[in-house]
Amino acid sequence: MTSSLDLSHFLVLGAVLFAISIVGIFLNRKNLIVLLMAIELMLLAVNTNFIAFSHYLNDVHGQIFVFFILTVAAAEAAIGLAILVVLFRNLRTIDVDDLGTLKG
Amino acid sequence: MNFETILFYFFAASTVFSALRVITARNPLHSVMFLVLAFVSSAGIWLLLEAEFLAIALVLVYVGAVMVLFLFVVMMLDINIEKLRKDFLQWLPAGALLATLIVVQMTFVLGDKSVSTGLTAAKHAADYSNTKEIGRLIYTDYVYPFELAAVLLLVAMVAAIALTFRRRRDSKRQDVSWQVNVKRNDRVRIISMPATKKNNGNGADEAHAAD
Repeated sequence: MTSSLDLSHFLVLGAVLFAISIVGIFLNRKNLIVLLMAIELMLLAVNTNFIAFSHYLNDVHGQIFVFFILTVAAAEAAIGLAILVVLFRNLRTIDVDDLGTLKG
Repeated sequence: MNFETILFYFFAASTVFSALRVITARNPLHSVMFLVLAFVSSAGIWLLLEAEFLAIALVLVYVGAVMVLFLFVVMMLDINIEKLRKDFLQWLPAGALLATLIVVQMTFVLGDKSVSTGLTAAKHAADYSNTKEIGRLIYTDYVYPFELAAVLLLVAMVAAIALTFRRRRDSKRQDVSWQVNVKRNDRVRIISMPATKKNNGNGADEAHAAD
């Protein structure tokens, strides 16, 4: 029995996830922590695309890419949250609009 | 519609629903929880795509470590949600337009059957190991990037600690290197003073007072 699922199902799911996270960036443009979460969602969508192609092209190299993306995303999340904590400690806010002190 | 397709639609609906809740939840704590749900449902999708190692890694590394980190930070910060929610829907039309454009374009390009014709996933034997296959590639072709990824994680760890480490001024603690490096002159002071004669049985103070 052949599966009725094909590559386009997964790619469209990835596109929908990516679009949702773009809307999330538009909606939560003040809240830095939800912005970081929207970026995580984007990475998830990209990873799903990579894995879908890897599965349907019978090529494991795509999964190695996802492995490295996961590594970099974990590092990015850790440093991003550390910066967020330092920011909150100094300014008592995470509103993006209040972070314009570097503006000339 | 076979069982795999039903599973796909179930996990896809769960992922999309929780992604929508991530971006619309009032409380950032709820956002984190729905992001966990999104990751777990995506791990289900990845399992359907026979990427077992990465699906488990997603649950362990992302849900187990990164999301817990998010949770800690959300709970540590005392933020004013009302102020951050002001003008929440101001840019919704622009964002929705952009998102619809992306989805429609992608669906036109990728939803077309010609994209996936001729691409059929290989049927693997029952003893095929996804983990073994990934490990074989990582430790042969990708060993150099793999080492670099390890160094990257180390750098990220050092950076995160260096950024958030705060030395308390009022705490009493030992500085071991200062203790080890202490010089004799810091602790003992030898002064020269004239010798005084000590009376029998009486202390030096009395002799001093007699002067």
